Amino acid sequence: MSPNLVLVVAIAVLFTVGVYLLLERSLTRVLIGVILLGNGANLLFLVAGGAAGRPPIVGATPEGQMSDPLPQAMVLTAIVITLGLSAFLLAMAYRSWQLHRHDEVQDDVEDRRIARLAAIDVRATTDADTEGTGRSIDEEAAEIRDETDEGAPARTPGEGER
Amino acid sequence: MLLLLTVHLAAALAAPALVSVLGRRAFWVLALAPASAAVWALTWTQQVQAGKGPVEQVEWIPALGLELTFRLDTLSWFMTLVVGGVGALVLVYCAGYFSPTAHGLGRFGGVFVAFAGAMLGLVTADDMLLLFVFWELTTVTSYVLIGHYAERKASRRAAMQAIVITTAGGLAMLVGVVLLGEAAGTYRMSEVIADPPMGAATTAAIVCLLLGAATKSALLPFHFWLPAAMAAPTPVSAYLHAAAMVKAGVYLVARFAPAFATQPVWRWTVVVLGCGTLLLGGYRALRQHDLKLVLAFGTVSQLGLLILLVGLGTQATALAGLAMIGAHAMFKASLFLVVGVVDAATGTRDLRRLSGVGRELPLTALAGGLATASMIGLIPFAGYVAKEAGLEGIVHLDEGALGTVVLVAFSVGSVLTVAYGLRLWWGAFATKPAVVPESTAGDPAQGPPLHEGAHEDATPAPITHPTLLLVWPAMILAVLGLAVALLPQLGEHLLAPYADTYPLGEPGHLVLWAGFTPVFALTVGILAAGALLFVVRARVERWQSGLYRGPEADSVYRKFMRRLDDLAADVTAVTQRGSLPLYLGVVLLVFVGSVAGVILTQTTVAEPVTRWDHPGQLVFAAVAVTSAILAARARRRLKAVILLGIGGYAVAGIFLLHGAPDLALTQVLVETVTLVVFVLVLRRLPPYFSDRPLAASRWVRLGLGLAVGLTVAGIALVAPGARVHAPVSEHFAEEAVAWGGGKNIVNVTLVDIRAWDTMGEISVLLVAATGVASLVFLSRRGGAIFRAGDAPDDRAVWGGSDDPMAALRRPPGSTQQPAPSSASRDRLWLSAGRTLAPQRRSVIFEVVVRLLFHTMLVYSIYLLFSGHNAPGGGFAAGLVTGIALIVRYLAGGRYELGEAAPVQPGLLLGLGLFLSAGVGLLAQLVGGSVLQSWIIDIHLPVVGDIHLVTSLFFDVGVYLVVVGLVLDILRSLGAEIDRRAETGEDDQSVDEELAEADRLLAEKVGGGPS
Repeated sequence: MSPNLVLVVAIAVLFTVGVYLLLERSLTRVLIGVILLGNGANLLFLVAGGAAGRPPIVGATPEGQMSDPLPQAMVLTAIVITLGLSAFLLAMAYRSWQLHRHDEVQDDVEDRRIARLAAIDVRATTDADTEGTGRSIDEEAAEIRDETDEGAPARTPGEGER
Repeated sequence: MLLLLTVHLAAALAAPALVSVLGRRAFWVLALAPASAAVWALTWTQQVQAGKGPVEQVEWIPALGLELTFRLDTLSWFMTLVVGGVGALVLVYCAGYFSPTAHGLGRFGGVFVAFAGAMLGLVTADDMLLLFVFWELTTVTSYVLIGHYAERKASRRAAMQAIVITTAGGLAMLVGVVLLGEAAGTYRMSEVIADPPMGAATTAAIVCLLLGAATKSALLPFHFWLPAAMAAPTPVSAYLHAAAMVKAGVYLVARFAPAFATQPVWRWTVVVLGCGTLLLGGYRALRQHDLKLVLAFGTVSQLGLLILLVGLGTQATALAGLAMIGAHAMFKASLFLVVGVVDAATGTRDLRRLSGVGRELPLTALAGGLATASMIGLIPFAGYVAKEAGLEGIVHLDEGALGTVVLVAFSVGSVLTVAYGLRLWWGAFATKPAVVPESTAGDPAQGPPLHEGAHEDATPAPITHPTLLLVWPAMILAVLGLAVALLPQLGEHLLAPYADTYPLGEPGHLVLWAGFTPVFALTVGILAAGALLFVVRARVERWQSGLYRGPEADSVYRKFMRRLDDLAADVTAVTQRGSLPLYLGVVLLVFVGSVAGVILTQTTVAEPVTRWDHPGQLVFAAVAVTSAILAARARRRLKAVILLGIGGYAVAGIFLLHGAPDLALTQVLVETVTLVVFVLVLRRLPPYFSDRPLAASRWVRLGLGLAVGLTVAGIALVAPGARVHAPVSEHFAEEAVAWGGGKNIVNVTLVDIRAWDTMGEISVLLVAATGVASLVFLSRRGGAIFRAGDAPDDRAVWGGSDDPMAALRRPPGSTQQPAPSSASRDRLWLSAGRTLAPQRRSVIFEVVVRLLFHTMLVYSIYLLFSGHNAPGGGFAAGLVTGIALIVRYLAGGRYELGEAAPVQPGLLLGLGLFLSAGVGLLAQLVGGSVLQSWIIDIHLPVVGDIHLVTSLFFDVGVYLVVVGLVLDILRSLGAEIDRRAETGEDDQSVDEELAEADRLLAEKVGGGPS
């Protein structure tokens, strides 16, 4: 089997432009990049599956001349999934516009907060159970009481309830 | 042994129910579980003695060579007796110890028995991985037991500390186990020990194993978790911290000592850890005031001693060590139980506040006295026998200086043991002249001064009488310590088989009276020195508290944990930058780095490389490439999207030329829908991409893009020639016709051959559709269906800005708006057309849609049914129906959409998935495999022959899901956004609303702006 130079170049360009846009901040551009990547990947599937042929329909094409149907089935589902993904990302873009009036992907605020706190060695959360209390175990032990019977007052010497 | 473990598990699971029915008497029942283990071990005594103990083996994961192997040899037999016997006694003690109203008793009982079971498994397991599993089970259960009073901070801290330390050691031990198992070629402990491997890996394994033992048995420098764990209820301390869990490390050392005791790394580690722990524990025990803490530090000290004895490697010390394990389990558990009685009777464990307890509780004092005598090594108690044997063995060590060091440490440690043992008994039971019991002293404030070391505010504690049930378990253990010492030959007889497996020295002996030997003189000296140390205890205490203590291990641990947290935060700060482009960039870089290297070095380009298969490919590829580059350069959103669409259609052309008509059809349809969806959302977004100064990173992005593009091009060049097997699809053609009953192989692949994939895929579509709807509707799955009849009469849909053509629409000479048109005049092409704002209506469009809609539906149904034999199928048909709905919506607005598809999309999605899955299940119900197809040929009189394949219903399911997806998109991104635009709901961003709300709140709180 032989690779097809025209398609290889097309795939390379689609991936290059796709990645270029994927690394953008605007969600619309990211989505365009994803779709271009998807087109490139679909072509890659076809190229990997072999050279062009006739439609894989029994009866219409002699069997030897058919193109490989398996990658086609995979690509077909991929195309439709890309539609679902596009719609979802666009809904996100709309939501982002609703909240912030733009569709740019911001840095994660929580990550930033942790990074800032780490830089000044302040903890993001406080955990009273593991912090030192400055008390010795002797002092702590004095507070520990088991839930035992109170027992009866001593009336006569010796143990036991009498 | 599996049966015994099952008994423990059953008891543990039944414990909560038992406690809720029987109350604290349930502990009597629970005690049967460990007792059965002890009895079982006793019944095997003869066979174990003869070296014919039982072996049980159950296949667990044969593929990994994992099996459940249990073996009862002398050491395991002995440990089982200790674990089972003490466990049963402590559980009986619990029945009287806890108040009937104590909380969490069910959980406590269950976890306690589970711990006993884990301990039993630990000491009988013969597979090292199995041993590790039980090891960790004891860690986890002990965590729950130590933290029993979870509402107390001290308990939680102690439990957390214990689990962190023992788990860290456990992980080290796992490494050691794996190293050892791989070096030896087997994980069977008996085989490893019989034929121990040598080499660097084994040395590392030894260090790891000893690290595990050191954490579990609270050896230096991990000793501090044990005193802190005294926050646990006293029965837990008596069992876990005297007899069972801390003995696990000792057991591990004793288990591997016959194999590795001659190795220098083993020997030095054992001697340093053992001696250090022995001395430190004894020294610290002298200055504690809490009885449990005295015992806890005493236990630390004794654990050092035990490790030393069983780890030194000579037969004599090993025998002494085994005897000491038993003696220690008896006297230490007994002492903990006694302290529990004192605690229950007086409400305190502070020895400065206790006086006259011995007079009030003579039996308890007697039990405590017997146990103490055993601990300090008085003749004729078990502790004495064991210690004498140990001294004897150490004196005869052929080690030169090492032997002397060990002897000195042993002697000094014993002196300290005598001192803190006497102090313990005196503190608990003595009637101190300075502390008078409240019951007889009247007002303590006017009583005589308190004894030395007491606080000013310390008052002698009142004494009450707990039930006798509490005394008996301690008494039994204490008396046992006396009884076994009277039969030392029996002990030697029982334990010697294991001690004899040690590699060094001569066999030792257990004797009660060996005559006036130098060793006896040493013992007398030790007792005397210890007694002296006790007599001058006040001075010792003062001296100790004046001495520099060095850093507390506990605070070192906390500082270390703090640093660890800081380090974790720093690492997080470096790696989790929160920037999506950065993450993606890293992923792509890794992709390029890993794949490009392989492509360049290890592959060849498939020959021959053709220019094209068909000249038309060049045309379509040129269009796709050009439009992609222009789309990336576009500044206007709409322009970029339209260029994207053009590129998509070009790709469809390539598909067609490649011999994939199904793909081409689907691609064209999807591209169309995508374009519409984009436009629907772009209505809301700013027309131009923002002007952020991204120029700086532009070349980086382009460079990375080029790298990825070239790498993928490399894959495309290499992949066709890389095939070594015949394609999976080789026989698809025959299979499609024979089994799938269709001629279009791609479609048969989708609905039959690889139907599971399709099933997964339509599930993804369902999730995506739900996601879209949720992002727009937020709190609901979908809004109301807009029907034409519900529309208001103001004809406002898509009204928006002023109508520039309004003047033209008016009748000449009139300045009035035309009256709302009557139904007769407004001949309707579309039922909801009148809801549109006048300037948005297009008669031509409405007419075309009116004519096209039903045609498109019929065409989609044709595609659906013919898809099995010709290009088409559920996906394409669903998309055509979707486009028909889009057209209706574009021509007539959201009310028109409601008229065209008056259903909730969720219904379509659910129905579709149900239909697809249902067909699959039905096939199984009638005896086939899931998703199998059935071919039915029927002859109908008029219609002719019908060739029906059941997978058609699967395809109908796919169709419904796709229609549902498009409908969901239209209803949320189309209709709902329309509605919001008209009501003005979206005109203020949520950010602004929040800021506004904050401002209003501030005004309200501040009493208005001032």
